Amino acid sequence: MLQRLKEIDMLDLFLWVFRTVILVVVVWGTIATIIENPYPTQTWMETIVAGIAQGSLYALIAIGYTLVYGVLFMINFAHGEFFMSGIMTATIFLAGPMSASGYLDRHPYLGLLWITLVTMVVSTAIAVLTERVAYRPLRYAPRLVPLITAIGASFFWQNYFRGLFGSEVKPFPQIAPFAGKITLGSIVVLKTHLVVIIAAILMLIGLYFFVMKTKTGKAIRAVAENKDVAALMGIDVDRAISSTFALGASMAGIAGVLYALVFRQIHFFMGFIPGIKAFTAAVLGGIGSIPGAALGGLFLGMFESVGPGLFLEGLGIPAPHQLKDVIAFTMLVLVLIFRPQGILGERLAEEKA
Amino acid sequence: MTPTNTPTLKDAVRYGLLSGLIEINLSAIGFILLLHQRELVAGAFTMGHLFLFTAPIGFAYLLAKKTAAHSRSRVLGYGAIIGALTALPLIILVFLATAFDIRQFLLNISPDLITLLTFGQSVVTGSLILLAINVVLGMLSAALYLLPPQWRKMAVSGLAWVAISGTFSEILLGRLRSFFGRGLTDLIFTGKSLNPGFAVFILVAGALYSYFSQRRHARKEAEGDRSDATVLSLPIETINKIILGVVLLLLPVLLGSYLTEVTNNVGLYVLMGLGLNIVVGFAGLLDLGYVAFFAIGAYVMGILTSEGALGLGMGFTFWTALPFSVLAATLAGILLGMPVLRMRGDYLAIVTLGFGEIIRILALSDMLKPFIGGAQGVLQIPKPSFFGIDLIQPGQLYYIILACVLLAWFISARLRDSRLGRQWMAMREDEDVAEAMGINLVSTKLLAFATGAAFSGLAGAIFASKLTSIFPHSFNLLVSINVLSLIIVGGIGSLPGVVVGSLILVGLPELLREFAEHRLLMYGALLIFMMLARPEGFWPSEVTKRELHAFEEQHQPGTSSD
Repeated sequence: MLQRLKEIDMLDLFLWVFRTVILVVVVWGTIATIIENPYPTQTWMETIVAGIAQGSLYALIAIGYTLVYGVLFMINFAHGEFFMSGIMTATIFLAGPMSASGYLDRHPYLGLLWITLVTMVVSTAIAVLTERVAYRPLRYAPRLVPLITAIGASFFWQNYFRGLFGSEVKPFPQIAPFAGKITLGSIVVLKTHLVVIIAAILMLIGLYFFVMKTKTGKAIRAVAENKDVAALMGIDVDRAISSTFALGASMAGIAGVLYALVFRQIHFFMGFIPGIKAFTAAVLGGIGSIPGAALGGLFLGMFESVGPGLFLEGLGIPAPHQLKDVIAFTMLVLVLIFRPQGILGERLAEEKA
Repeated sequence: MTPTNTPTLKDAVRYGLLSGLIEINLSAIGFILLLHQRELVAGAFTMGHLFLFTAPIGFAYLLAKKTAAHSRSRVLGYGAIIGALTALPLIILVFLATAFDIRQFLLNISPDLITLLTFGQSVVTGSLILLAINVVLGMLSAALYLLPPQWRKMAVSGLAWVAISGTFSEILLGRLRSFFGRGLTDLIFTGKSLNPGFAVFILVAGALYSYFSQRRHARKEAEGDRSDATVLSLPIETINKIILGVVLLLLPVLLGSYLTEVTNNVGLYVLMGLGLNIVVGFAGLLDLGYVAFFAIGAYVMGILTSEGALGLGMGFTFWTALPFSVLAATLAGILLGMPVLRMRGDYLAIVTLGFGEIIRILALSDMLKPFIGGAQGVLQIPKPSFFGIDLIQPGQLYYIILACVLLAWFISARLRDSRLGRQWMAMREDEDVAEAMGINLVSTKLLAFATGAAFSGLAGAIFASKLTSIFPHSFNLLVSINVLSLIIVGGIGSLPGVVVGSLILVGLPELLREFAEHRLLMYGALLIFMMLARPEGFWPSEVTKRELHAFEEQHQPGTSSD
């Protein structure tokens, strides 16, 4: 008994030390940076806006993780590929030719609408297909099994699109009304960042109402609560799960369009890292919760954008922006260790994790 | 399983469309054309053809299997339908590609692909040939099922022999020539591939082999002496082991330097696979950041022994640095294991993935550049030497890797059967119950992480001195995914499975360089396929086999509503 207590204490001690070390590093770095004050206020403001925009993208992608996890308790590892597939297809088939023919300059909004529609359709189709082939037959298998197929699906789609469209980076055309900067009060922001933030807010509100008010949304929530009972209530569980995937993937598709507007580069591997980070965001906010995904995305985007400058610059680390992914992954680790239920999660993740 | 109803025309159409969809996608991603470069039978048949016709042949055979029990007369018709429907989308593709410039969108729909699909003829003639071949192959494949089983086995065996010897003809050629000289190889090969005459010879030989082995099998069955077999099997097993040992010792001589190099790579992956097998297979902890320990082992070896600017210059050799590499990886295993002790399943997977990425990004960063070289890596790492002999040839390094693999295998096998191994497996089944049974989860988990990390560190150390230079990009997530895939393909928890998995996933793409381009695509598809069709892997361990079948029995009837 004493032996056991000792060991548990050791582990807690280790975790406590771990937490303290990271906290000290962060606080020390922040204070040092503030004293040193390497950047003007304007730069900080721009960094924060960029962080919010980045966070909005994460939030939109994170919705897919949260919805699927809420319903199936599985990490849909291939979700980042849903994000990539739509915008990649739309860039090759629509954006490229439309920009070459000048259509996009004449009708920028209409063109963007077409691109968005195609992106959403392709992303959704890929998601529903993946669910049908790789996840549905394994719904009652041990939990690691669908995770492994999800990893397989992720690599499959990446390399499938690489095979279809080639491995080089493809440019996404500049859309004229969104080019340049705009002054809001005292700060100057990129127009695209503003578009991303506004679009993400609108989409998230729309999604919230969809899930809360429509019949499909109700079915999804019922299935998330309890599949068997939902089936007894006359809900088609397979359909509800398909629509969950479709919903998440269409959000990811929109995130893809917004990503293209900001970064203007499309690549077959572009979904992977944002996918993992969006998962981090979903966990951060409390997986299974839609407002949580939004909040988590925002937090992660901010940390990633501001973090390297704020925490690491002061410690004298060269080129801290190379380490922004380290900050994101460290956050993932910290959240999962110390607060697995996330910021907004009420249900303890222990029973599901 | 599913209610047995007679396949209808609708099923045939569905299979046909599916088959067409697969072939058109394989063509569009450039898979078929790439494999077209490898000739199986000189001037007649390439690997591209093989894959172009795999889907219709396979689907026709599958449907024939379902149909034949009910109505033998429909079998051929359905085969023809599947063949025709496979050809249809491809023909449409051919017409589209000649009418429009599809290539600006899909860069793999090249004129070469169209030539391949139309057999070098004009669009119309070529399309008709394509259609005819597909229909005939669909019917032949369906007809195969109508043959008596003995004949069917003979036909399949003969064809498989041709396909396999054709696939590896280049290697076969090289080896045969170095042992028997040109006389024999000129007889068998044209250029780098089998000549048609010899292909027919192999076909017949394969069929005959199948015939005789079936006869022998039948005779054994008729005698039916089980006790005899077990008494005999003991010496046979020992003899097999001795033969295996001799072959393993002579392998570099038999294989030549290129193939030995490939074997070495396979060996390193076997080493890593054995380690991850302990973590994932025995203890059930899905670790996606496994490459981190490989990287740590490699970097410690590199920095301790390097003769370049980054080396410590403390006179470490390969052998003295090796324990430190393994130790560092083991420590890292414990350190990274500690925080994740309370996590389960998929959360654990993501966190370990995060760790792996953190290590890689740190290795790349400017922060650690003064110590480990950043993107430029660590250079001038000496090769190992053994009593004054520098082990430069792959054939010499082979023995080090072989020794390490055997050691790791021995440790794995002993651990599996030990008290600790049983604790791991209990924990894998149910953590809570295991804990209630008095298993100390903390130390059990940490030991799994530490052992797995040690094997990986060992592999990393050998990797570093084998390549003589290391760069961060060698340690990306794909390595972890490769290792995970090979365990799954071989069979989770199975030691021979690790070797089988490494041979399939690491060895094959190196031998068939055309595959290497689409390697990850196939890994992905293979992972999904294995989980759906054969979750126990190609060489499952006894325990997994039993478990999975128990699981199937519980869940089979109508759980997935389809």
